[in-house]
Amino acid sequence: MLFAKSKPSLIVVIATLLVFSLVVTVLSEGYGTGVLSTSFIKTLGKTLCLCLAALAMDLVWGYAGILSLGHMAFFALGGYMIGMWLMYARTAEIVTTALAGGGLPATPAEIQDGITSQIFGVVGTSELPFIWGFAHSFPLQMLLVVLVPGLLALCFGWLAFRARVTGVYLSILTQAMTLALALYLFQNDSGLRGNNGLSGLQNLPGLSSTSQDSLSIWFFWASAAALGLAYLLISWVVSGKFGSVIRAIRDDEARVRFLGYSVEGYKLFVFILTAVICALAGALYYPQAGIINPAELAPTASIYLAVWVAIGGRGRLYGAIIGAAFVSLLSSWFTGGRAPSIPLVFGTLNWVDWWQVLLGLSFVLVTLFAPKGIGGLFDSLAGLHSPNRRGAPLGPNDGSLQEKEALK
Amino acid sequence: MTALLEVSGACVSFDGFRAINNLTFTIGPQELRAIIGPNGAGKSTFMDIVTGKTRPDSGSVMFGEKSTSLLKLSEAQIARIGVGRKFQRPTVFEDQTVTENLTLALKAARCPWRVLIWRKARADVARIADLAAQVGLADHLARKAGELSHGQKQWLEIAMLLAQEPRLLLVDEPAAGMTPAEREHTTALLVDIAKTRAVVVVEHDMEFVRRLNCKVTVLHEGAVLAEGSLDHVTKNQQVIDVYLGRGE
Repeated sequence: MLFAKSKPSLIVVIATLLVFSLVVTVLSEGYGTGVLSTSFIKTLGKTLCLCLAALAMDLVWGYAGILSLGHMAFFALGGYMIGMWLMYARTAEIVTTALAGGGLPATPAEIQDGITSQIFGVVGTSELPFIWGFAHSFPLQMLLVVLVPGLLALCFGWLAFRARVTGVYLSILTQAMTLALALYLFQNDSGLRGNNGLSGLQNLPGLSSTSQDSLSIWFFWASAAALGLAYLLISWVVSGKFGSVIRAIRDDEARVRFLGYSVEGYKLFVFILTAVICALAGALYYPQAGIINPAELAPTASIYLAVWVAIGGRGRLYGAIIGAAFVSLLSSWFTGGRAPSIPLVFGTLNWVDWWQVLLGLSFVLVTLFAPKGIGGLFDSLAGLHSPNRRGAPLGPNDGSLQEKEALK
Repeated sequence: MTALLEVSGACVSFDGFRAINNLTFTIGPQELRAIIGPNGAGKSTFMDIVTGKTRPDSGSVMFGEKSTSLLKLSEAQIARIGVGRKFQRPTVFEDQTVTENLTLALKAARCPWRVLIWRKARADVARIADLAAQVGLADHLARKAGELSHGQKQWLEIAMLLAQEPRLLLVDEPAAGMTPAEREHTTALLVDIAKTRAVVVVEHDMEFVRRLNCKVTVLHEGAVLAEGSLDHVTKNQQVIDVYLGRGE
C-alpha cells in the first residue's frame, strides 16, 4: 500500500497497538495469566479511548488550528447516549425478572412503569422524558451517539465559523458551550437524572452471566480497534491535499480564502468529524468507567485534552496518543494514592494535591521550551530540523542568502 | 472590446475617512495595467474591494461576460470565478513545501469532499514542475517555503497565482525585494501573462512601470487622477503637483 509506505509512523503505531493489545490480553485475568487486574485493564481500555479523543483534538487543533475547549463535551454526550441504552435495557431486564416473580407475566405498561420508577425515582419523576424515546433500541441509540454530538457541532460550528470567530475568542466560546451544557445536565429536569448521572453502565444487558474479567478485555479490544481505525482514517485525511489545506488555514486563513477555498466549510468539516470521533470514544469509555455524570463535562476535562495534545506534540498524530497515554496514566498513578508522599520540612508533599501543580508546570515548560512536545524527541532522533535559518533576509541584492549564511 | 472588470462609482470610507471616492475603473480581458499613486491613494483598498475583502458603501463591481456582481460573493467565491491576488508581503505557507504550496493553488475543485479524495494526476505533477521552472524554483520543489529567500518567496507566490489560472491578476508590488535581474524577469513574465489575461500591477517604482510599457492609472485620494501612457500621465500637471507636493 503506497499510502502506508509514505507514512512509516503509521505502521509503527498500528504494530505497537497490536502487540500491546496482545500482551495485555495474555496478562489479563479474563483470558490470560491474571498478572494485570481487571480494574487495571479497564484503566488501560479507558486510556485508549482518551487517546482516541486526543487524536481528534490533534486534528482539530494541531492541524486545523482550532483550539476547541469543548471536545470533551462531545465525548461525554457520546457516553450519555450509549449510557441511556445501557441503563434502560439493563433496568428492563431487572424489572421484568422482578415482576415475573409474581407468577403472572407482566404487561408492557407495568414494565414501562417499573423502568421509569427505577431510573427516575431518584429525581422524583414518574414519566419517562421524551429524550428517552429511543432508549429501548440499541441501533437507534447508537445512531444518536453520532447524531446528537454531530448536530451540536454543526449548529455551533456553523454559527461560530460563519461569524469568523477565531483564536482565543473561539476557545472561550467552545468553553462556554461546554459549561452551559454541563449546567443544563446538572438540573434534575434535564431528563438525564441531574447530578446523579447514569450508572451501572459496566453491566451489559443480556450478558449478566459474563464476568467483568471478560467484558473488560472485550472493551479493551474494541477501544484498541477504534483507536487503530481512527488513526488510519485521520492519517489518510491529513496526508493529502485536504491536510495541506487545513494546515494552510491554521497558518494563514485569509490567504487560503484568496486561493478560492471556503475556509468556513473546511473548519466545519473538521469540527464535526472530530466531534463525532470524540463521541464514539466516549461511547466506548463510559461502559468501562461504569458511571457518567455532568461533572464529566466540566471545562477542565476539555482543557486536559488540550494539555495532553500539547505535551505529546501537536500537529503529529502519534504525539497526541503518546501525550494522552503518558499524562493520563501518570495522572491516575499520582492521584490514585500510589505515589509515595514526600515528607518535607514544612509538611508533607501529597501527590494527590500537588499532581495538578506538577502537570500545570510541565505544560508551561513544554509550551516554552519544547513546543513540539514529546513527539519532537522523535524528530531529534531522526535528525530532522525545522527550517530556521536565523538572521534577517539580506535584501534584494544578495538574493537568497540570510544574514548568518552570508557571513560564512 | 468588452471589459473584464468594471468598477463604477465605488465609495469606501473608514470612520469618516474616504479611502475610495467615486472610483471608476475598467480593464479588458487581455490587458496589462499599472496603478500608481502616492501612499494612501487607495491602491490597496481598491484591491480589497475587487477581491471581496472590503465591501464598498456604494457603487458596483462587475466581472466577466455575464457581468457578475462581485459585491454579493465571498472572497473564496471571487477567487474561484477567476480573480487572483498577490500580496505585497510574500504570503506563502512557510511550513509546507514548494510542491504543496503549488498544489494548493492548482486549479481544481475546492469543496472539502472533492479535495479529500483528490489525488495528484500525472498532468498535475507536470504542471507543477512547469510552473516551478517558469519562476526558477525547479530545484527547490521539495524544500519548505519557509527556507526560501524573500525573492524566491515572491516568485513562489507568482507561480501560485499562475497555478490558479485566474482571468484577472491583481499584483501588489511584485518587484519588492528582488534583485535587478529578478526584476527584469518579473517584467517579462507579467508582460507575457497579460497576453492571455488581465493583469493589474500596483507599483511604486517608476522605472519598473516604464519597463512594463502599458497604460497607467494614477490614483489620488481614492479617485482616478489621470489615465494613459506613462509619458502622458507624467506630463499631466495635476500628477506632477501630487507627486511633487509629497516630495516624490
